[in-house]
Amino acid sequence: MSGEKLERCYQCSTCTLGCPVSPAMDYHPDQIIRMVQLGLKELVLNSSAIWLCLGCETCVARCPNEIDILRVMDTLREMSLQEKRKGKERIIPAFHRAFLYPIKVLGRQYELGLILYLKLKSGDLFGDLGLGLRMILKRKLPFIPTRIKGAKRVGEIFNKTKGISGREGD
Amino acid sequence: MKYAYYPGCSLEAALAKEYDLSVRAVSERLGIGMEELPDWNCCGASSGHSTSYLLNHAIVGRNLAIAEKQGLDIAAACPACYVRLKHTRRELKENAELREKVVESVGLPYEAKYDVRHILDVLVKDIGIETIKKKVTKPLTSLRLVSYYGCFLVRPPKVVAFDDPENPQSMDTLLAALGAEVLDWSGKVDCCGGSLALTKRDIVIRLVSELVEMARGVRAEALVAACPLCQMNIDGRQDFAADPLPVFYFTELMGLAMGERNARSWFKKHLVSPMKLLTSHGLL
Repeated sequence: MSGEKLERCYQCSTCTLGCPVSPAMDYHPDQIIRMVQLGLKELVLNSSAIWLCLGCETCVARCPNEIDILRVMDTLREMSLQEKRKGKERIIPAFHRAFLYPIKVLGRQYELGLILYLKLKSGDLFGDLGLGLRMILKRKLPFIPTRIKGAKRVGEIFNKTKGISGREGD
Repeated sequence: MKYAYYPGCSLEAALAKEYDLSVRAVSERLGIGMEELPDWNCCGASSGHSTSYLLNHAIVGRNLAIAEKQGLDIAAACPACYVRLKHTRRELKENAELREKVVESVGLPYEAKYDVRHILDVLVKDIGIETIKKKVTKPLTSLRLVSYYGCFLVRPPKVVAFDDPENPQSMDTLLAALGAEVLDWSGKVDCCGGSLALTKRDIVIRLVSELVEMARGVRAEALVAACPLCQMNIDGRQDFAADPLPVFYFTELMGLAMGERNARSWFKKHLVSPMKLLTSHGLL
Protein backbone atom coordinates (compact mmCIF):
# COMPACT_ATOMS: atom_id res chain seq x y z
CA MET A 1 0.00 0.00 0.00
CA SER A 2 2.69 2.50 0.99
CA GLY A 3 4.95 1.29 -1.85
CA GLU A 4 7.80 0.87 0.62
CA LYS A 5 10.08 -2.16 0.32
CA LEU A 6 9.50 -3.58 3.78
CA GLU A 7 11.29 -6.85 3.01
CA ARG A 8 14.52 -4.86 3.23
CA CYS A 9 14.08 -4.45 7.01
CA TYR A 10 16.51 -6.70 8.93
CA GLN A 11 15.34 -5.62 12.38
CA CYS A 12 18.34 -3.54 13.42
CA SER A 13 15.99 -1.41 15.62
CA THR A 14 17.67 1.87 14.70
CA CYS A 15 14.17 3.33 14.18
CA THR A 16 13.04 2.36 17.66
CA LEU A 17 16.23 3.53 19.38
CA GLY A 18 15.87 7.04 17.99
CA CYS A 19 12.09 7.25 18.37
CA PRO A 20 11.06 9.85 20.99
CA VAL A 21 7.73 8.11 21.66
CA SER A 22 8.70 4.42 21.47
CA PRO A 23 8.60 4.06 25.30
CA ALA A 24 4.90 4.96 25.21
CA MET A 25 3.99 2.68 22.27
CA ASP A 26 2.39 -0.77 22.60
CA TYR A 27 4.56 -2.01 19.71
CA HIS A 28 7.83 -0.34 18.75
CA PRO A 29 8.38 0.91 15.18
CA ASP A 30 10.63 -2.08 14.29
CA GLN A 31 7.93 -4.41 15.63
CA ILE A 32 5.27 -2.67 13.54
CA ILE A 33 7.37 -3.22 10.40
CA ARG A 34 7.87 -6.89 11.31
CA MET A 35 4.14 -7.31 12.01
CA VAL A 36 3.30 -5.82 8.60
CA GLN A 37 5.78 -8.27 7.01
CA LEU A 38 3.95 -11.10 8.78
CA GLY A 39 0.52 -9.78 7.79
CA LEU A 40 -0.73 -9.21 11.36
CA LYS A 41 -3.23 -6.64 10.16
CA GLU A 42 -5.60 -6.65 13.13
CA LEU A 43 -2.88 -6.02 15.69
CA VAL A 44 -1.23 -3.32 13.60
CA LEU A 45 -4.35 -1.36 12.69
CA ASN A 46 -5.64 -1.42 16.27
CA SER A 47 -2.30 -0.48 17.84
CA SER A 48 -1.58 2.72 19.74
CA ALA A 49 1.81 2.93 18.00
CA ILE A 50 0.46 4.06 14.65
CA TRP A 51 -1.25 7.04 16.30
CA LEU A 52 1.51 7.96 18.72
CA CYS A 53 4.05 8.31 15.89
CA LEU A 54 4.88 12.02 15.92
CA GLY A 55 6.01 12.20 12.31
CA CYS A 56 9.40 13.58 13.39
CA GLU A 57 11.16 11.46 10.73
CA THR A 58 14.15 10.59 12.92
CA CYS A 59 13.67 6.95 11.86
CA VAL A 60 13.39 7.93 8.20
CA ALA A 61 16.66 9.86 8.39
CA ARG A 62 18.49 6.94 10.08
CA CYS A 63 17.10 3.75 8.50
CA PRO A 64 20.06 1.95 6.87
CA ASN A 65 17.67 0.35 4.37
CA GLU A 66 16.03 3.62 3.42
CA ILE A 67 12.55 2.54 4.41
CA ASP A 68 10.24 5.53 4.72
CA ILE A 69 8.75 4.49 8.04
CA LEU A 70 6.60 7.61 8.31
CA ARG A 71 5.05 6.77 4.95
CA VAL A 72 4.28 3.30 6.32
CA MET A 73 2.74 4.78 9.49
CA ASP A 74 0.66 7.26 7.45
CA THR A 75 -0.61 4.44 5.24
CA LEU A 76 -1.54 2.35 8.29
CA ARG A 77 -3.33 5.30 9.89
CA GLU A 78 -5.28 5.98 6.72
CA MET A 79 -6.23 2.28 6.45
CA SER A 80 -7.34 2.26 10.07
CA LEU A 81 -9.59 5.27 9.46
CA GLN A 82 -11.00 3.85 6.24
CA GLU A 83 -11.95 0.68 8.06
CA LYS A 84 -13.52 2.83 10.80
CA ARG A 85 -11.54 1.06 13.49
CA LYS A 86 -11.77 2.20 17.06
CA GLY A 87 -8.18 1.79 18.21
CA LYS A 88 -6.63 2.50 21.60
CA GLU A 89 -5.84 6.14 20.96
CA ARG A 90 -9.16 7.65 20.01
CA ILE A 91 -8.30 11.19 21.02
CA ILE A 92 -5.51 11.44 18.41
CA PRO A 93 -7.64 10.66 15.31
CA ALA A 94 -10.33 12.90 16.87
CA PHE A 95 -7.70 15.65 17.05
CA HIS A 96 -6.79 15.17 13.38
CA ARG A 97 -10.43 15.37 12.35
CA ALA A 98 -10.91 18.49 14.44
CA PHE A 99 -7.73 20.03 13.01
CA LEU A 100 -8.86 19.47 9.42
CA TYR A 101 -12.41 20.74 9.86
CA PRO A 102 -11.60 24.50 10.07
CA ILE A 103 -9.36 24.13 7.01
CA LYS A 104 -12.28 22.65 5.10
CA VAL A 105 -14.59 25.57 5.92
CA LEU A 106 -12.19 28.49 6.39
CA GLY A 107 -9.04 27.47 4.50
CA ARG A 108 -7.12 28.24 7.71
CA GLN A 109 -6.64 26.86 11.19
CA TYR A 110 -8.76 28.17 14.08
CA GLU A 111 -6.78 27.37 17.22
CA LEU A 112 -9.18 28.52 19.92
CA GLY A 113 -12.05 26.54 18.38
CA LEU A 114 -9.81 23.50 18.04
CA ILE A 115 -8.74 23.64 21.69
CA LEU A 116 -12.28 24.11 23.01
CA TYR A 117 -13.58 21.27 20.83
CA LEU A 118 -10.87 18.91 22.13
CA LYS A 119 -11.58 19.89 25.72
CA LEU A 120 -15.22 18.90 25.28
CA LYS A 121 -14.38 15.76 23.34
CA SER A 122 -11.83 14.46 25.85
CA GLY A 123 -13.79 15.53 28.93
CA ASP A 124 -10.54 17.01 30.29
CA LEU A 125 -11.99 20.47 30.83
CA PHE A 126 -9.49 21.86 33.32
CA GLY A 127 -6.19 20.32 32.24
CA ASP A 128 -3.87 23.04 30.96
CA LEU A 129 -6.29 25.69 32.13
CA GLY A 130 -3.40 27.82 33.41
CA LEU A 131 -1.56 27.52 30.12
CA GLY A 132 -4.71 28.38 28.16
CA LEU A 133 -5.35 31.48 30.26
CA ARG A 134 -1.74 32.61 29.93
CA MET A 135 -2.06 32.30 26.15
CA ILE A 136 -5.30 34.26 26.08
CA LEU A 137 -3.75 36.98 28.27
CA LYS A 138 -0.80 37.20 25.85
CA ARG A 139 -3.36 37.48 23.03
CA LYS A 140 -2.09 34.33 21.40
CA LEU A 141 -5.56 32.87 20.83
CA PRO A 142 -7.72 35.26 18.81
CA PHE A 143 -11.48 34.75 19.10
CA ILE A 144 -12.33 35.56 15.50
CA PRO A 145 -11.12 33.14 12.80
CA THR A 146 -9.83 34.13 9.35
CA ARG A 147 -11.54 32.84 6.21
CA ILE A 148 -9.67 32.90 2.90
CA LYS A 149 -11.24 33.88 -0.44
CA GLY A 150 -10.61 30.45 -1.85
CA ALA A 151 -12.26 28.66 1.10
CA LYS A 152 -14.97 27.26 -1.15
CA ARG A 153 -12.37 25.73 -3.44
CA VAL A 154 -10.51 24.25 -0.47
CA GLY A 155 -13.79 22.72 0.70
CA GLU A 156 -14.24 21.23 -2.77
CA ILE A 157 -10.72 19.78 -2.59
CA PHE A 158 -11.76 18.05 0.63
CA ASN A 159 -14.85 16.61 -1.02
CA LYS A 160 -13.03 15.53 -4.17
CA THR A 161 -10.16 13.86 -2.38
CA LYS A 162 -12.43 12.29 0.24
CA GLY A 163 -10.27 13.21 3.18
CA ILE A 164 -11.62 12.06 6.53
CA SER A 165 -13.57 15.27 7.05
CA GLY A 166 -14.94 15.06 3.52
CA ARG A 167 -15.93 11.44 3.72
CA GLU A 168 -17.76 11.71 6.99
CA GLY A 169 -19.57 14.83 5.91
CA ASP A 170 -18.61 16.70 9.06
CA MET B 1 15.78 39.09 -4.22
CA LYS B 2 12.09 38.23 -3.93
CA TYR B 3 10.15 35.31 -2.48
CA ALA B 4 6.55 34.23 -2.03
CA TYR B 5 6.30 34.44 1.74
CA TYR B 6 4.33 31.62 3.36
CA PRO B 7 3.80 32.53 7.02
CA GLY B 8 1.51 29.61 7.92
CA CYS B 9 -1.37 29.68 10.41
CA SER B 10 0.65 29.98 13.62
CA LEU B 11 2.38 33.13 12.39
CA GLU B 12 -0.66 34.64 10.74
CA ALA B 13 -2.88 34.12 13.76
CA ALA B 14 -1.59 35.53 17.01
CA LEU B 15 0.12 32.36 18.25
CA ALA B 16 3.51 33.27 16.82
CA LYS B 17 2.96 36.88 15.74
CA GLU B 18 6.38 37.83 17.13
CA TYR B 19 7.96 35.38 14.69
CA ASP B 20 6.03 36.84 11.75
CA LEU B 21 6.84 40.44 12.71
CA SER B 22 10.53 39.70 13.24
CA VAL B 23 10.80 37.79 9.94
CA ARG B 24 9.28 40.74 8.10
CA ALA B 25 11.43 43.31 9.94
CA VAL B 26 14.69 41.43 9.38
CA SER B 27 13.88 40.72 5.72
CA GLU B 28 13.23 44.39 5.10
CA ARG B 29 16.54 45.39 6.68
CA LEU B 30 18.38 42.90 4.50
CA GLY B 31 16.56 43.85 1.30
CA ILE B 32 14.68 40.58 0.87
CA GLY B 33 11.31 41.09 -0.80
CA MET B 34 8.67 39.03 0.98
CA GLU B 35 5.54 39.06 -1.12
CA GLU B 36 2.94 37.10 0.84
CA LEU B 37 1.56 34.13 -1.08
CA PRO B 38 -1.92 35.37 -2.13
CA ASP B 39 -4.84 33.66 -0.39
CA TRP B 40 -2.74 30.75 0.90
CA ASN B 41 -4.41 27.96 2.83
CA CYS B 42 -3.37 25.91 5.86
CA CYS B 43 -0.97 23.06 4.99
CA GLY B 44 -2.85 20.56 7.17
CA ALA B 45 0.33 19.89 9.20
CA SER B 46 0.55 16.43 10.75
CA SER B 47 -3.22 15.92 10.56
CA GLY B 48 -3.18 16.12 6.77
CA HIS B 49 -0.46 13.59 6.03
CA SER B 50 -1.51 11.30 8.90
CA THR B 51 -5.00 10.78 7.58
CA SER B 52 -5.17 11.14 3.80
CA TYR B 53 -2.39 10.89 1.23
CA LEU B 54 -4.43 12.53 -1.51
CA LEU B 55 -6.02 15.28 0.57
CA ASN B 56 -2.64 16.18 2.06
CA HIS B 57 -0.98 16.62 -1.33
CA ALA B 58 -4.00 18.43 -2.78
CA ILE B 59 -4.29 21.12 -0.09
CA VAL B 60 -0.52 21.66 -0.04
CA GLY B 61 -0.52 21.53 -3.85
CA ARG B 62 -2.90 24.50 -3.98
CA ASN B 63 -0.27 26.67 -2.26
CA LEU B 64 2.47 25.42 -4.57
CA ALA B 65 0.35 26.14 -7.63
CA ILE B 66 -0.39 29.69 -6.43
CA ALA B 67 3.35 30.34 -5.99
CA GLU B 68 3.98 29.03 -9.50
CA LYS B 69 1.39 31.46 -10.83
CA GLN B 70 3.15 34.20 -8.86
CA GLY B 71 6.43 33.09 -10.45
CA LEU B 72 8.40 32.94 -7.19
CA ASP B 73 10.17 30.44 -4.95
CA ILE B 74 8.35 30.05 -1.65
CA ALA B 75 10.08 31.19 1.54
CA ALA B 76 8.35 29.46 4.47
CA ALA B 77 8.82 30.50 8.08
CA CYS B 78 7.25 27.54 9.87
CA PRO B 79 9.32 24.36 9.43
CA ALA B 80 6.19 22.19 9.74
CA CYS B 81 4.69 23.99 6.72
CA TYR B 82 8.09 23.98 5.01
CA VAL B 83 8.51 20.22 5.20
CA ARG B 84 4.95 19.65 3.94
CA LEU B 85 5.55 21.94 0.96
CA LYS B 86 8.88 20.21 0.25
CA HIS B 87 7.35 16.73 0.48
CA THR B 88 4.45 17.57 -1.82
CA ARG B 89 6.66 19.35 -4.36
CA ARG B 90 8.88 16.28 -4.57
CA GLU B 91 5.95 13.87 -4.73
CA LEU B 92 4.18 15.86 -7.46
CA LYS B 93 7.38 16.13 -9.46
CA GLU B 94 7.99 12.40 -9.38
CA ASN B 95 4.46 11.04 -9.55
CA ALA B 96 2.61 12.17 -12.69
CA GLU B 97 -0.57 10.33 -11.79
CA LEU B 98 -0.81 12.08 -8.42
CA ARG B 99 0.03 15.42 -10.04
CA GLU B 100 -2.85 15.01 -12.47
CA LYS B 101 -5.31 14.33 -9.64
CA VAL B 102 -4.03 17.28 -7.61
CA VAL B 103 -4.10 19.70 -10.55
CA GLU B 104 -7.65 18.63 -11.30
CA SER B 105 -8.92 19.12 -7.75
CA VAL B 106 -7.02 22.39 -7.20
CA GLY B 107 -8.03 23.83 -10.58
CA LEU B 108 -4.61 25.36 -11.25
CA PRO B 109 -1.71 24.06 -13.37
CA TYR B 110 1.45 22.89 -11.59
CA GLU B 111 4.81 21.80 -12.99
CA ALA B 112 7.08 22.08 -9.92
CA LYS B 113 9.05 24.90 -11.57
CA TYR B 114 9.75 26.83 -8.39
CA ASP B 115 11.51 25.75 -5.23
CA VAL B 116 10.51 25.87 -1.56
CA ARG B 117 13.01 27.35 0.89
CA HIS B 118 13.11 27.97 4.60
CA ILE B 119 13.91 31.49 5.74
CA LEU B 120 16.94 30.31 7.71
CA ASP B 121 18.33 28.76 4.52
CA VAL B 122 17.62 31.97 2.54
CA LEU B 123 19.34 34.12 5.18
CA VAL B 124 22.44 31.99 5.53
CA LYS B 125 22.91 30.98 1.87
CA ASP B 126 21.46 33.81 -0.23
CA ILE B 127 22.18 36.79 2.01
CA GLY B 128 25.25 35.36 3.70
CA ILE B 129 26.77 35.58 7.15
CA GLU B 130 29.14 38.42 6.25
CA THR B 131 26.30 40.68 5.08
CA ILE B 132 24.31 39.92 8.22
CA LYS B 133 27.36 40.62 10.40
CA LYS B 134 27.72 44.08 8.87
CA LYS B 135 24.18 44.97 9.95
CA VAL B 136 24.80 44.16 13.62
CA THR B 137 24.78 47.33 15.72
CA LYS B 138 24.10 45.78 19.11
CA PRO B 139 26.05 42.52 19.41
CA LEU B 140 24.61 39.88 21.72
CA THR B 141 27.92 39.60 23.55
CA SER B 142 28.08 36.98 26.32
CA LEU B 143 24.49 35.77 25.80
CA ARG B 144 24.77 32.00 26.17
CA LEU B 145 22.51 30.26 23.65
CA VAL B 146 21.77 26.83 22.23
CA SER B 147 20.26 26.60 18.76
CA TYR B 148 17.34 24.24 18.54
CA TYR B 149 16.55 23.06 15.00
CA GLY B 150 13.92 20.44 15.84
CA CYS B 151 12.72 18.02 13.18
CA PHE B 152 11.64 19.59 9.96
CA LEU B 153 14.49 21.93 9.08
CA VAL B 154 16.77 18.92 8.76
CA ARG B 155 14.62 15.82 8.22
CA PRO B 156 14.20 13.90 6.08
CA PRO B 157 17.57 14.81 4.54
CA LYS B 158 16.51 13.60 1.08
CA VAL B 159 13.64 16.08 1.03
CA VAL B 160 14.90 19.19 2.85
CA ALA B 161 18.68 18.92 2.56
CA PHE B 162 20.02 22.36 3.39
CA ASP B 163 21.91 21.42 6.53
CA ASP B 164 23.30 18.32 8.24
CA PRO B 165 20.51 16.09 9.63
CA GLU B 166 22.33 15.16 12.87
CA ASN B 167 24.55 18.14 13.61
CA PRO B 168 23.30 21.18 11.68
CA GLN B 169 25.31 24.41 11.79
CA SER B 170 23.41 27.17 9.97
CA MET B 171 21.66 28.65 13.02
CA ASP B 172 24.82 28.29 15.15
CA THR B 173 26.83 30.24 12.58
CA LEU B 174 24.12 32.87 12.31
CA LEU B 175 23.83 33.40 16.09
CA ALA B 176 27.61 33.55 16.43
CA ALA B 177 27.62 36.29 13.77
CA LEU B 178 25.25 38.26 16.01
CA GLY B 179 27.91 38.11 18.71
CA ALA B 180 26.29 35.49 20.95
CA GLU B 181 28.11 32.68 22.70
CA VAL B 182 26.69 29.61 20.93
CA LEU B 183 27.04 26.39 22.89
CA ASP B 184 27.33 22.88 21.56
CA TRP B 185 24.66 20.51 22.92
CA SER B 186 22.95 17.21 22.22
CA GLY B 187 19.37 18.41 21.75
CA LYS B 188 19.69 20.22 18.40
CA VAL B 189 17.54 17.89 16.31
CA ASP B 190 15.52 16.06 18.98
CA CYS B 191 11.74 16.23 18.63
CA CYS B 192 9.79 18.35 21.16
CA GLY B 193 6.60 16.32 20.64
CA GLY B 194 4.74 19.22 19.00
CA SER B 195 2.22 17.15 17.05
CA LEU B 196 0.92 15.57 20.27
CA ALA B 197 0.90 18.89 22.18
CA LEU B 198 -2.88 18.95 22.53
CA THR B 199 -3.50 15.23 22.95
CA LYS B 200 -0.68 13.61 24.99
CA ARG B 201 0.38 16.07 27.65
CA ASP B 202 2.51 13.61 29.66
CA ILE B 203 4.65 12.60 26.65
CA VAL B 204 5.15 16.20 25.59
CA ILE B 205 6.11 17.39 29.07
CA ARG B 206 8.72 14.61 29.25
CA LEU B 207 10.23 15.55 25.86
CA VAL B 208 10.28 19.27 26.67
CA SER B 209 11.87 18.78 30.07
CA GLU B 210 14.56 16.54 28.56
CA LEU B 211 15.41 19.29 26.07
CA VAL B 212 15.48 22.00 28.72
CA GLU B 213 17.67 19.87 30.99
CA MET B 214 20.13 19.29 28.14
CA ALA B 215 20.24 23.05 27.51
CA ARG B 216 20.82 23.74 31.21
CA GLY B 217 23.50 21.06 31.22
CA VAL B 218 25.70 23.20 28.96
CA ARG B 219 24.75 26.30 30.98
CA ALA B 220 22.63 27.91 28.29
CA GLU B 221 20.59 30.94 29.30
CA ALA B 222 18.03 30.47 26.55
CA LEU B 223 17.06 28.26 23.62
CA VAL B 224 16.68 29.57 20.08
CA ALA B 225 14.10 28.03 17.76
CA ALA B 226 13.01 28.37 14.14
CA CYS B 227 9.66 26.63 14.55
CA PRO B 228 6.51 28.12 16.10
CA LEU B 229 5.37 24.69 17.34
CA CYS B 230 8.71 24.05 19.07
CA GLN B 231 8.82 27.56 20.50
CA MET B 232 5.26 27.45 21.85
CA ASN B 233 5.69 23.95 23.16
CA ILE B 234 8.90 24.66 25.08
CA ASP B 235 7.78 28.14 26.08
CA GLY B 236 4.48 26.84 27.47
CA ARG B 237 5.35 23.38 28.80
CA GLN B 238 8.10 24.19 31.29
CA ASP B 239 7.48 24.41 34.99
CA PHE B 240 6.75 28.11 35.43
CA ALA B 241 7.71 27.93 39.10
CA ALA B 242 11.18 26.48 38.47
CA ASP B 243 13.09 29.30 36.75
CA PRO B 244 12.18 28.34 33.17
CA LEU B 245 14.45 29.13 30.20
CA PRO B 246 13.22 31.65 27.61
CA VAL B 247 12.87 30.44 24.01
CA PHE B 248 13.60 32.94 21.24
CA TYR B 249 12.90 32.85 17.53
CA PHE B 250 16.21 33.31 15.72
CA THR B 251 14.74 36.24 13.77
CA GLU B 252 13.86 38.05 17.02
CA LEU B 253 17.52 37.94 18.04
CA MET B 254 18.58 39.11 14.59
CA GLY B 255 16.21 42.07 14.92
CA LEU B 256 17.50 42.85 18.39
CA ALA B 257 21.13 42.73 17.26
CA MET B 258 20.32 44.94 14.27
CA GLY B 259 18.81 47.57 16.56
CA GLU B 260 15.17 46.99 15.61
CA ARG B 261 13.11 49.24 17.87
CA ASN B 262 10.06 46.97 17.88
CA ALA B 263 12.00 44.04 19.33
CA ARG B 264 10.82 44.81 22.86
CA SER B 265 7.18 44.35 21.84
CA TRP B 266 7.95 40.92 20.34
CA PHE B 267 9.48 39.69 23.60
CA LYS B 268 6.35 40.71 25.50
CA LYS B 269 4.45 37.95 23.68
CA HIS B 270 6.54 35.19 25.27
CA LEU B 271 5.09 33.10 28.09
CA VAL B 272 8.53 32.77 29.68
CA SER B 273 9.61 36.40 29.75
CA PRO B 274 13.12 37.01 28.41
CA MET B 275 13.12 40.63 29.67
CA LYS B 276 15.22 40.01 32.79
CA LEU B 277 17.80 38.02 30.86
CA LEU B 278 18.13 40.63 28.10
CA THR B 279 18.28 43.50 30.60
CA SER B 280 21.01 41.73 32.59
CA HIS B 281 23.12 41.63 29.42
CA GLY B 282 22.40 45.28 28.67
CA LEU B 283 20.44 44.39 25.54
CA LEU B 284 17.17 46.13 26.40
